[in-house]
Amino acid sequence: MINCEQASTICNKKQYKEATLLEQFKLSLHLLFCKACSSFSRKNKKLTILCNKANLHNLSEQEKVKMKETIDHYI
Amino acid sequence: MNENKLNPDLWVDQYADYLFNYAVARVSDAEIAKDLVQETFLAGLKSAKNFQGAAAERTWLIAILKRKVIDYYRKINSKKGKAEVRITYSNQSDSAGDWLEENVADPFSILENDEIENEELGLAIQECIAKLPKKQSAVFVMKTIRGLGTEDICNELGINPSNLWVMVHRARTSLMGCLNENWFKL
Repeated sequence: MINCEQASTICNKKQYKEATLLEQFKLSLHLLFCKACSSFSRKNKKLTILCNKANLHNLSEQEKVKMKETIDHYI
Repeated sequence: MNENKLNPDLWVDQYADYLFNYAVARVSDAEIAKDLVQETFLAGLKSAKNFQGAAAERTWLIAILKRKVIDYYRKINSKKGKAEVRITYSNQSDSAGDWLEENVADPFSILENDEIENEELGLAIQECIAKLPKKQSAVFVMKTIRGLGTEDICNELGINPSNLWVMVHRARTSLMGCLNENWFKL
């Protein structure tokens, strides 16, 4: 049996496809009777879907450092 | 808090990703988008003395970026003989037949709306990420957006995996709360 903290960690791992089969089994067992975790798991999945849908782009740290240097140079 | 004041030192940390997303959606080329963001910051510095404090800093920067995007399209279209509608053929067979009719927008398509909505969603997520503590946002961005493996992130940031998952958990919970009102309607 796992507690809610462990369940949430597995749930987070699952969002990045890093949960093992055994962990996933333990999680679904836990979700059967834990309402709070079911709700968290549902929202977590939704967040993953939203992030995928949004087609996010980010600048890398190096690019940001370079930008900062250019700005500093200008000031 | 005095929010309508310019803090150029914080621009890159606070707005670079937000502006970058905005630009990428419009020029669909990461390299060009990056340059536009950089130009926006410089133009912002140059005209900082004209900043009236009427708008929030970010709104003001977005307004500059908008001009930069327009200027960019103007520039690539200004060369003589290029100021015309260009249709890119996807393959050879496209060049024959009723291509104009085939390329007309589908009035029943809902894909355009999707794209607009997804862009708004992207900006909303960026806004929420910017509100996270620095370490959490770094971990979340590396994991979710850049898709790095757990081990790589641990090595780069010098943390252990259970640390990482705690931070991912906190970041995700905050994001859920932050996006909640507008985006979690089921």
